[in-house]
Amino acid sequence: MSSMRFHWSKSLVLTIFFVACAGAVYGSGPQDGGQIYAVGQLKPVDSQTHLRVGDQAPDFILPSIGGEKVSLSGYLGEKHIVLSFVPAAWTPVCSGQWPGYNIARDIFEKHEAILLGISVDNLPTLYAWTQEMGGVWFPVLSDFWPHGKVAKEYGVLRSDGTAERAIFVIDKQGAIRYIDVHDINQRPQLEVLVRELEKLRQ
Amino acid sequence: MLRASAGRSGEPNHAFRRNCLGSGNEEKRRAHSGTCRFSRRVSGKAIWLLLMVLALAVDSPRLRVPESFAATEAPSVGGVLPEMSLPSPESPAASNYLGLAGKSSFTLPEIRAEVVIVEIFSMYCPYCQAEAPNVERLFQIIQANKSLKDKVKLIGIGVGNTPYEVGVFEDRYEVPFPLFADPDFSIHKILGEVRTPYFIAVKINQDGSHQVIYSQLGSFGDPQDFLDLLLERAKIKKGA
Repeated sequence: MSSMRFHWSKSLVLTIFFVACAGAVYGSGPQDGGQIYAVGQLKPVDSQTHLRVGDQAPDFILPSIGGEKVSLSGYLGEKHIVLSFVPAAWTPVCSGQWPGYNIARDIFEKHEAILLGISVDNLPTLYAWTQEMGGVWFPVLSDFWPHGKVAKEYGVLRSDGTAERAIFVIDKQGAIRYIDVHDINQRPQLEVLVRELEKLRQ
Repeated sequence: MLRASAGRSGEPNHAFRRNCLGSGNEEKRRAHSGTCRFSRRVSGKAIWLLLMVLALAVDSPRLRVPESFAATEAPSVGGVLPEMSLPSPESPAASNYLGLAGKSSFTLPEIRAEVVIVEIFSMYCPYCQAEAPNVERLFQIIQANKSLKDKVKLIGIGVGNTPYEVGVFEDRYEVPFPLFADPDFSIHKILGEVRTPYFIAVKINQDGSHQVIYSQLGSFGDPQDFLDLLLERAKIKKGA
């Protein structure tokens, strides 16, 4: 084998590696995270929620990485609630979603809203993952056991046991005002959520 | 380097620095950038060994690299930037800073400067968030030097970010230089889909030609050292 040909082959393999890695982060915004697990392209939505805008949001109580238990009803009358379900810790798109919300705290507060992040991961995993983000200001809840119970009640549990990438906006009275069961491979745009929060003030 | 803590309680604490970029020279880092999620567990040598074995395995005359793959490489030092243009900023201050008056769009070598530093970032990327104060320090060092402030200019491109999302990043970190949104990843694709934060510096010559003098993933480290390196590569005197 000639050295040129060898070089060509190496370049090809490097290119394949590069494209594979880039593909893993494409659509999510790139991540300089050496510990992010590439999941590849997934079925965009793998559940069917029975909930509709106007329905009363199912109440829940879940453990949070802060140590306390957090319930939906605990915020009623006080704040609007944004539930951000993400599929799994340490995966590309999710690792590039909550860090964005992390620098948008004033936007949530301006709209009298609390953000609750939920995944089906267990607490230690969620803790380590959010620490990697530099810590987050909002409660992060573990829907680990009974596995995915809350995700199931919201109709966003996928067949592989992960949750959808879904956003529910719930007003202070506990009524669902917005549902976005998003393509799991893509990150929802922040301004779409902000527009929904603005509607709550009208 | 990194600020130790953001200060206010509940704010993101970026005291961590856990990415796949360790010490090492530029070429080594560049070689690893596409495979860096493995590099924490497997040594560089092992990766090269693996690549070589794979290279042998796939070496077939029937395999061809599609033309489109050529665009998926990051700009390399000594080379030129791929063709890309950005819309001129709406803000007169930003347009003036870049020397783009009267242009509706521009290419990077059209910026009125001798060196242009481009940060490829995402508002959603915690490492870019952590790097933001460091980039601001770089900007302030340049602005404080009378002989440099007109020669070295900075811009940021928020890949996969809408203008609104770029605006959130700009407001949160009070970014003092122009930022551009690349919501559909079109610039990101042209630049080889690099991870973020990624820094590219370009030397612009008198005749309008240009060369890439820096192209690397991750924090540039100490801003003064970084600036000195760029000036050396661009053969510009430091001045007062």
